[in-house]
Amino acid sequence: GYHPGARWRRLQGYLQSFSTFEKDRSDDLSEHISPRQKRDTNSFLYTGKRCRMESCFDFSLCERNGFKVYVYPQQKGEKISESYQNILTSIEGSRFYTPDPAQACLFVLSLDTLDRDQLSPHLPLWNEGKNHIIFNLYSGTWPDYTEDLGFDIGFAMLAKASISTENFRPQFDVSIPLFSKEHPRTGGERGYLRHNTIPPYRNVLRFMEPKGKIRISKRSFAEIIEDQHCSSESPPTDKYSEEMLYNSTFCLVPRGRRLGSFRFLEALQAACVPVMLSNGWELPFSEIIDWNTAAVIGDERLLLQIPSTVRSIHQDKILSLRQQTQLLWEAYFNSVEKIVLTTLEIIQDRVLEHNSRSSLMWNSLPGGLFTLPRYSTHLGDFPFFYAKLGIKPYPKFTAIIHVVTPLVSQSQPVMKLLVAVAKSQYCAQVIVLWNCDKPLPAKHRWPATSVPFIVIEGESKVISSRFLPYDTIPTDAVLSLDEDTVLSTTEVDFAFTVWQSFPDRIVGYPARSHFWDSSKERWGYTSKWTNDYSMVLTGAAIYHKYYHYLYTTYLPASLRTMVDQMSNCEDILMNFLVSSVTKLPPIKVTQKKQYKETMMGQSSRASRWADPDHFAQRQTCMNKFANWFGTMPLVHSQMRLDPVLFKDQVSILRKKYREIERL
Amino acid sequence: RGASVMYASGKYSSRGPALIPRMKTKHRIYYIALFSVVLLGLIATGMFQFWPHSIESSAEWTLEKGSVHDAPLIRLPASSPIPERGDLSCRMHTCFDVYRCGYNPKNKIKVYIYALQRFVDEFGVPISSTGLSREYNDLLSAISDSDFYTDDVTRACLFIPSIDVLNQNSLRIRETAQALAMLPRWDKGMNHLLFNMLPGGPPDYNTALDVPRDRALLAGGGFSTWTYRQGYDVSIPVYSPLSADVLLPERHPGPRRYFILSSQTAIHREYRAELERLKEENGEALLLLDKCSNLSQGAASARKRCCKGQVYDYPQILQESSFCVVLRGARLGQAALSDVLQAGCVPVILADSYILPFSEVLDWKRASVVIPEEKLSEMYTILKSIPHRQVEEMQRQARWFWEAYFSSMKAIGLTTLQIINDRIYPYAARTYEQWNNPPVVKWSSVNSPLFLPLIPPRAPGFTAVVLTYDRIESLFRVITEISKVPSLAKLLIVWNNQNKSPPEESLWPKVGVPLKVVRTKENKLSNRFFPYDEIETEAVLAIDDDIIMLTSDELQFGYEVWREFPDRLVGYPGRLHLWDHEMGKWKYESEWTNEVSMVLTGAAFYHKYFNYLYTYKMPGDIKNWVDAHMNCEDIAMNFLVANITGKAPIKVTPRKKFKCPECTAIDGLSLDQTHMVERSECINKFASVFGTMPLKVVEHRADPVLYKDDFPEKLKSFPNIGSL
Repeated sequence: GYHPGARWRRLQGYLQSFSTFEKDRSDDLSEHISPRQKRDTNSFLYTGKRCRMESCFDFSLCERNGFKVYVYPQQKGEKISESYQNILTSIEGSRFYTPDPAQACLFVLSLDTLDRDQLSPHLPLWNEGKNHIIFNLYSGTWPDYTEDLGFDIGFAMLAKASISTENFRPQFDVSIPLFSKEHPRTGGERGYLRHNTIPPYRNVLRFMEPKGKIRISKRSFAEIIEDQHCSSESPPTDKYSEEMLYNSTFCLVPRGRRLGSFRFLEALQAACVPVMLSNGWELPFSEIIDWNTAAVIGDERLLLQIPSTVRSIHQDKILSLRQQTQLLWEAYFNSVEKIVLTTLEIIQDRVLEHNSRSSLMWNSLPGGLFTLPRYSTHLGDFPFFYAKLGIKPYPKFTAIIHVVTPLVSQSQPVMKLLVAVAKSQYCAQVIVLWNCDKPLPAKHRWPATSVPFIVIEGESKVISSRFLPYDTIPTDAVLSLDEDTVLSTTEVDFAFTVWQSFPDRIVGYPARSHFWDSSKERWGYTSKWTNDYSMVLTGAAIYHKYYHYLYTTYLPASLRTMVDQMSNCEDILMNFLVSSVTKLPPIKVTQKKQYKETMMGQSSRASRWADPDHFAQRQTCMNKFANWFGTMPLVHSQMRLDPVLFKDQVSILRKKYREIERL
Repeated sequence: RGASVMYASGKYSSRGPALIPRMKTKHRIYYIALFSVVLLGLIATGMFQFWPHSIESSAEWTLEKGSVHDAPLIRLPASSPIPERGDLSCRMHTCFDVYRCGYNPKNKIKVYIYALQRFVDEFGVPISSTGLSREYNDLLSAISDSDFYTDDVTRACLFIPSIDVLNQNSLRIRETAQALAMLPRWDKGMNHLLFNMLPGGPPDYNTALDVPRDRALLAGGGFSTWTYRQGYDVSIPVYSPLSADVLLPERHPGPRRYFILSSQTAIHREYRAELERLKEENGEALLLLDKCSNLSQGAASARKRCCKGQVYDYPQILQESSFCVVLRGARLGQAALSDVLQAGCVPVILADSYILPFSEVLDWKRASVVIPEEKLSEMYTILKSIPHRQVEEMQRQARWFWEAYFSSMKAIGLTTLQIINDRIYPYAARTYEQWNNPPVVKWSSVNSPLFLPLIPPRAPGFTAVVLTYDRIESLFRVITEISKVPSLAKLLIVWNNQNKSPPEESLWPKVGVPLKVVRTKENKLSNRFFPYDEIETEAVLAIDDDIIMLTSDELQFGYEVWREFPDRLVGYPGRLHLWDHEMGKWKYESEWTNEVSMVLTGAAFYHKYFNYLYTYKMPGDIKNWVDAHMNCEDIAMNFLVANITGKAPIKVTPRKKFKCPECTAIDGLSLDQTHMVERSECINKFASVFGTMPLKVVEHRADPVLYKDDFPEKLKSFPNIGSL
């Protein structure tokens, strides 16, 4: 008989192994079923509720043209909700969009499927829903949270808010957050966290106090669930005050009429660590986000333990949780566009699995949307992960000189520049980008350099080609130069040593600033001497090579074309891009203000700086760019970095960068 | 506002900060009432449930001799109930009884292991052909030796049967299921965990154990996406017995003799043909091995592989290749994966729909390449596109995964339990870094506690903390000077003299911000870095009581720079550490150098969080050492911040003649040779405590944008910089 007190004891002596080579390995040689057949059977067996990418998705559609998304044209008279329109517009504005269904790998319905809707998909490309994705926000309510959409979705994927784990098909559906009609389409607000206050728990128990909306002390949890108007619905009437959320450290996010709730995003933005009490809710983007780093996943069944649980969380952990809420909010949630792009990127990562993001890329700064695995899947190739990996960027740079005027004399500024740059101890290679209409000069006309020197002839001769991610750049750092830039070897050396401390920023010489022109209600650009700056122009700046790739692939063709047509503003656009990634200002080095040979006007293009139109164009650019980014990403800085002994009263011989003092 | 001087004597020296606000009395009563009700309920349930059992348990039975034949024999009646098949919709919140785990200050689940029994059917035939296997014995023994284990069945949260189901081939399915249902705590399989590595059987090889098991959790090798219940089951490796038999020393990551190696013997002929084609196209870069036809079957054959008559040692040969193919067989999970990882070879996994081992916590993208079976023919091209540096990282990562999670049944078992533990106590779960970073990365990487790029608003200002002993006159001058800084929010005077009282309130300079005095219990240097509750701002300016030469512009500018770098020390006098080759140790340098690696905290801005770290998290005995020697508290702070952020401090504004900034701690000690020697000793001492030299050397300092520019002074934000 059984004895409850009996316990396990290790057995001594000889025992057989669980697996014997003869038997189990020959098992594996089951020749009678071909792996191809097996795959075909799978796609036949596992459909509907058991759909997976392997069985319900046609990968071959993505092979020809890459990951392209097609949106069905809108039917006349079809009513589309604002939220759904935002989703469609975001897809159409993204780099994945194609107007040609023959090129598409993924299809999006233009019928409003966000709200529960009757739909009979008589669509020409429906193909039983294969490679279709259906966005849905509102189906499935209490008590059983069924997910009936009112029609047979066939092989289609669901991108759905408040989806339950039971109905969620892992690696096939995408769980998206529930967002309100007011959620901005693009840009999006930053999180509310402004201080990393210590101790951060001013009001740990905020939600326990009598005035809180969600309270578990007075009202039982069951009541909260049953009260359909309580807490998680109808955001406009019931919105928490910003301050109240901000002053709380933890916010309870219970389920309401639906599993997910608007509270979730509100709490996230407010840096109020969500305490999830919604058993069976597949959390938003759970496939890629490690929610343990930004939320407390509670269990409804252990409701009464929640107070002691959150109190047991150490303040170090709270500090990190709160920052992570902000990171995730700004990376994936603060606009409809980000939610949609994240959904598409998740699917793209499944389609190109060997070329997809690791969990670290998704869960650390600057987030997966800015960390493109098609550039590299190696973390060390990005400017963001050096510290996390305990490594350093490659200690040399590649100079790229953008040339638009023909070579006429040996005393031309570009000649001096080339020599000075090549002399830098950190220079690995010099690339001249020949964007001049005249044919390439003969090799011997260039000065001799000790480092490898190559000339690339720009194919289209457009200005954006200076930011192409050339394979010939062997280093992490790029020193970007205009042909008429004046820089000494010492200045190059110093800028590079500074960049090594800030590899994710633009570090360079020519600083500019932006300001809000309230009289004209628009952004202004200034090159005047000011006490602060927010841009460092790429006529003499060092930055990470990855930004070339981002510039070329992340930015929409419309902006790049605009820049190319004007042959202007490419440097401003680069600053917008980098600051939107880092949320930090660039870094200006040394006192140097004049970095150009005074405008000689050798050709019309060289003297673009003297052109009054040029300046007006730059004002326009600022506003066009801010419009596309949906916000002003530039950030001001009030300091510059000088050599430690700069202009100090000590013998010049003791100074390493003494040439920098001679302006 | 006038000056308000407050005395809070001896408040801080004996206890830490009040971490949790006191509960209001009425709430306390409420909680006590609530607690009592819950407690009574628990006691009642406990009495009801466990009373009858406690009588039985007195008859303790143990397996003293430790032989399998001593285990009691249990005869299963043919009519014995059979559990239901596993429910695919099971999740932790539906099929797992979390109340059994309960709140637990250590956040650790308790695991009970059933005593060994031998189950036989009505005719006395055992339910398993092998009985308890060596591996399952190891697994259960490892768990019983771990912190998870409890022998108190009433307190257990998870139950592990001693019925060995690692290999489905050796089981009689129906009888095994009946045996499971006989377990006294089975209760529909609730909270029971089964370990299975070889699921399914011919002809179609199901990807999960076929034994009906009600709601039991399954730790299975070879799950497919259709059988794996995400967040409920645990995907585990198939243990390779070679792990224990063969010692493969770790090889340094780098290029190998072969690019791709295929060493599996049971590869379907369609795939083998495909591999042969790849080999024809790419030649020597590929090595395709098969079993040796001339060797007899058996354990020896497992250790040899052949190619065109040439014999190779397995698994040693795996170390000669950068990538190693792990193809599905009849089953998805392959023991070869373990061998490949052990060899530090990057696995190329071709097994569609396979759930990789421990994929819930391990980031396989950093250790392996997953290619759809369909794309086997493109394997070479895909692998060639991976940068060398990444291949090296993957090699290291692969080896680390094996060492930590694959190398023994103990590793596999405890990892499984830790994953379940993390689900039950998610707020105490192991982090991504803890799971995925090999020790060498854990050691060299930094995860700054202030990682969010934030430029805090100017408005809250900073709190100036002045450490003073008895230099009243100098102190008052410092107070007067600092009070002119626009962003000063509060002055906190740390009175470190126990023999003398601070001056009368009326004698203090009149300043426009609150001024508070705290008296300390002991004259310790670490008092300057205590996280006083009075510091309500993020920014702290630590300043000595004799630093009167800094201008208001310089201090305000320092604060502005700190706002741009809130995770760094931002200070005025800069210092450097150097390696003294002659002496073979570190040296402290205060001369005019082109480099900086420390800023003195005689005048420095920093985040209040670092006060907290200095007081409670300083490694080793550094804090006491500093207090005992009355020196080097600033060096210690520089070490601490650099170590946790991986960043250099920022020196602001040009060098000034500071009146002996090194020697303010002890009055009268001059900047002489012994002092410098002592500070060099500090650096060596701290470097050995930290186990590394965390300080970072930089060649820059921060100046205002228009510093030294030919520009109207009155238009500059910070005109008065650098005057001596």
